[in-house]
Amino acid sequence: MAINKNGTGYTFLFSIVMVVLVGTALAYTSLSLKPLQKKNAADKKMVDILGAIGVTTTRENAETDFPLYAKERLSIDSEGNVLNSATGKVDHSDSSDPFNLDVKKDYRSKKPASELSFPLYICEKDEKNVYVIPVVGSGLWGPIWGFVALDSDMSTIYGAKFDHKQETPGLGAEIKDNFFSDKFKGQKLREASPYFTIIKGGRETDIHSVDGITGGTITSVGVGEMIDRTIYIYKPYFESVTNSSEQ
Amino acid sequence: MSTENSSITPKRESLFSKKNRKLLYDPLGDSNPITIQVLGICSALAITVQLQQAVIMSLSVLFVMISANLLVSLLRNLIPDRIRIIVQLVIIAALVIIVDEVLKAYQPDISEKLSVFVGLIITNCIIMGRLEAFALANKPAPSVLDAIGNGMGYAWVLLVVSFVREIFGSGAISLPGMGQVKFLPQDWFISSGGLYENNNLMILPPMALVVVGVIIWIQRSRNEALIED
Repeated sequence: MAINKNGTGYTFLFSIVMVVLVGTALAYTSLSLKPLQKKNAADKKMVDILGAIGVTTTRENAETDFPLYAKERLSIDSEGNVLNSATGKVDHSDSSDPFNLDVKKDYRSKKPASELSFPLYICEKDEKNVYVIPVVGSGLWGPIWGFVALDSDMSTIYGAKFDHKQETPGLGAEIKDNFFSDKFKGQKLREASPYFTIIKGGRETDIHSVDGITGGTITSVGVGEMIDRTIYIYKPYFESVTNSSEQ
Repeated sequence: MSTENSSITPKRESLFSKKNRKLLYDPLGDSNPITIQVLGICSALAITVQLQQAVIMSLSVLFVMISANLLVSLLRNLIPDRIRIIVQLVIIAALVIIVDEVLKAYQPDISEKLSVFVGLIITNCIIMGRLEAFALANKPAPSVLDAIGNGMGYAWVLLVVSFVREIFGSGAISLPGMGQVKFLPQDWFISSGGLYENNNLMILPPMALVVVGVIIWIQRSRNEALIED
């Protein structure tokens, strides 16, 4: 029996078989490589957190270097209460370890802040505590994220590190470069929202703002927005810490 | 576009017959996908800042091209004509996703630097062009040769461009697994009292275009038959 290669039935059959085969192959690849990719992502996160406090390390050394600086990992709720805490080496299988909170997923879920918990990394650098906050937001083409480190006074920015998924190379993508994140060092947060702003080129910046990236306005605005929104969430915790240390 | 149909040749020809060798060598020179057909320029400009990125990108494109050409050639009598472009696209897309996942797992740093450009292999006109113009009408063996030829034609341009750009732009050479090797002593640089300075323009995208332009210039001045009016 000759098959009509151009018949509708055959075309449909071909498409269905093709989709099933391709789907299976991709699902298999994805599942079998997942553990390695997760490990890479976790290492990268440690490199970035250390980068925010000005420590350079590599993927290979991240696992050993991280606990040397990051003394404590907390998860807090939006009212400033500590939910969980962990110290020492990161346990990737323990879901209560604040390191394993996926802030990007939480951001995408669009749940109100009251239903979520937020990780906070208390690091020790130059014999004082530095608080590293993960920030997540939206750039022009996709997600942007980073880590903002606050000095022990909780209002001076100690350092920052940003990254992105698919911002325009040469423009918005430059938020991940050091020339941009270095501008944040030593800047101060305002007492009330907006805590920090990214300014579009040409205008004067003050101690509460930095100059955005030329040609990357929407990405720069995204960076400002994510810092402002995240600081608002962590503010109650910082206030409770400051109050208890004053007493 | 030259579409040779080997299925009409009556007697079985050897794998390295004159015609098949032509498939392999032509794309390296006189029908090079980048310098002559000016395809796949986007990625050639974007990821040639470092040699190691270009190496990984070339290997990825070679892998996708060879597998896609082979698969399409094997299926050429089964693929319904009406959806052949969609089928080609699905095959290419699936292969590219596999490459992307493998890079993320085994070469995370390079995968990050290549970022969207691995995904953009899907839209690389060279691959789609070879599937449509060659693999659909030819047997698997010549199709694989054609893919190797075009893939290598793409690769050598990428490697030359990135070599030139990295050496003059960063004063270094990088290969996968080796990292970046700087071979000029630090005190040669102006910042530490020397006379040499890296040319920052080399790292910026326009210089990729200029370097590709120079390759095209050299190639056409050597073979004037390639010059179009």
